[in-house]
Amino acid sequence: MSTVFIALQANEETRPIIDAIELDNPRAVVHRQPAMVKIDAPDELVIRKQTIEEQLGRAFDLQELQINLITLSGNVDEDDETLTLRWNS
Amino acid sequence: MDMKVEKKKLNLKDKYKLLTRDLGWEPSYRSKDEIYPYVKYEGLKVHDWDKWEDPFRLTMDAYWKYQAEKERKFYAIIDAHTQNNGHLNITDARYLTALKIFLQAISPGEYAAHKGFARAGREFAGVGTQVACQMQAIDELRHAQTQIHAMSNYNRYYNGFHAFADARDRIWYTSVARSFFDDSMSAGPFEFMIAIGFSFEYVLTNLLFVPFMSGAAYNGDMATVTFGFSAQSDEARHMTLGLECIKFMLEQDPDNLPIVQAWIDKWFWRGFRVLGLVSTMMDYMLPKRVMSWREAWEIYGVENGGALFRDLARYGIRPPKGWDDAEKAIDHMSHQLMLGLYQWSFGTAFHSWIPSDEDMDWLSAKYPATFDKHYRPRWNHIKKLAAAGTPYKNFGLAKLCQCCQLPIVFTEPDDPTMLCNRETTYKGEKYHFCSDGCQDVFEHEPEKYIQAWLPMPALFQDQQGDIGAWMDWVSLKDGTDNGDYAGSEDQRNFQQWRGLATSNQ
Repeated sequence: MSTVFIALQANEETRPIIDAIELDNPRAVVHRQPAMVKIDAPDELVIRKQTIEEQLGRAFDLQELQINLITLSGNVDEDDETLTLRWNS
Repeated sequence: MDMKVEKKKLNLKDKYKLLTRDLGWEPSYRSKDEIYPYVKYEGLKVHDWDKWEDPFRLTMDAYWKYQAEKERKFYAIIDAHTQNNGHLNITDARYLTALKIFLQAISPGEYAAHKGFARAGREFAGVGTQVACQMQAIDELRHAQTQIHAMSNYNRYYNGFHAFADARDRIWYTSVARSFFDDSMSAGPFEFMIAIGFSFEYVLTNLLFVPFMSGAAYNGDMATVTFGFSAQSDEARHMTLGLECIKFMLEQDPDNLPIVQAWIDKWFWRGFRVLGLVSTMMDYMLPKRVMSWREAWEIYGVENGGALFRDLARYGIRPPKGWDDAEKAIDHMSHQLMLGLYQWSFGTAFHSWIPSDEDMDWLSAKYPATFDKHYRPRWNHIKKLAAAGTPYKNFGLAKLCQCCQLPIVFTEPDDPTMLCNRETTYKGEKYHFCSDGCQDVFEHEPEKYIQAWLPMPALFQDQQGDIGAWMDWVSLKDGTDNGDYAGSEDQRNFQQWRGLATSNQ
């Protein structure tokens, strides 16, 4: 098992995004640190546009994540609906 | 009332294709070999450049939009920092030592990376690669500028910030980072990508930026949190480019494996040595500490690096050659390097200090196997000397490693009581190294490293060994910028201004 993670700035914009990630990834563990939130998950983490929009109450372009992204690990794959982080091991 | 109809948008994959790969063209009156002369120079075999794709599928139009938003956020906070006496809100002016090292050694590295990516974008033959390198070149330039701008407010009040460009070119400890970037920029484009895109960005950048920014947040430094986050928001893209780049090289041809592995070995060790400076920052320089260097290594080195190399094992890649030696060094390096910085503090454009008893208790809890046994007795001895009015100063010049350019202060991987020193004789000249890793790098490319500009020999060459003249040359103000924090002007000013800010005196 390998851990993938994503870290986002802790602010008003990311609060609903983090909620959405938790909903879509029941095995994810959220670490709240000063000014940032790091989310770890075993092998894979999926971020879904639709869940974020439901939490946010507005349309959301997944590329908006770029603004508040701090760091991530794993192989990235992004299309209009999902951003996936995955280790192949 | 008319219903608002959303304009039909291209999906991300089509948009990426149209606005990236379709921007390329087939040359008709010059050959590709003439246009991209360095692509084959390193022995890498590439069969299909279109296989290189940015997994974020970021196109230039979206890039400008998001970068502009980052800049707006950044400047809103920097203005607030300046307007609200941000320079007084830090925990303690000792914290500024970490910032000074960052400004003198790391921000110029961002600028160097900008030049390197501009060049890599020109030399790679694939459009996806060219666009990604162009974005990263602009990012790195932005990082250098925003960092210098964010720290300029501290320069109005504190010492040691005023001459970072001279420090970058001339002072001894900055040459560690400078030689790392110069080494990468004078390599071919693929090696540059492994050096910066993969080794520095992917394997090591988390160890630099994440603890540094959390450290700034813990220590009340809003300006640095802001430039850190603004820069770091680009790093995820850089890391991804670095990882894609290495997968691309390995998937293009099996013959690329040994070349790539050798670069991983080299650049992991080069990067690890640069991070020695970060280890001292985390363990010693932050008045309010985030986590120890050991703890950061566990998360970002062992756990994340381990996951990465398990993933790359499918291509035949193994962890970097110096990995085990790095692991053995983790519990020693920050202490050894900080002892070095303290004894040579006459020659640093930042302050260092003897850790307090409370600091030492923290270090002993974080390094139970090493601190009390090897390092507390040394600090206690140094403390006694300072109390007796004979502070420990080493006015001799450090012997530098010909490869990483750090002073030779580290110990043998398996014996922390024995200084590690390696020598190689090449064309009748003797060269010194701090480790097997650095010696290996040299022996693989001796003609490159015998040309290294080393600050200590330069002192004798250009200044005849005159320390005062050297200080003028590096724009270091003796008695103001350097030496012990205790009794410094930075300490006096901070205490006085903070007193004024919190009382009605």
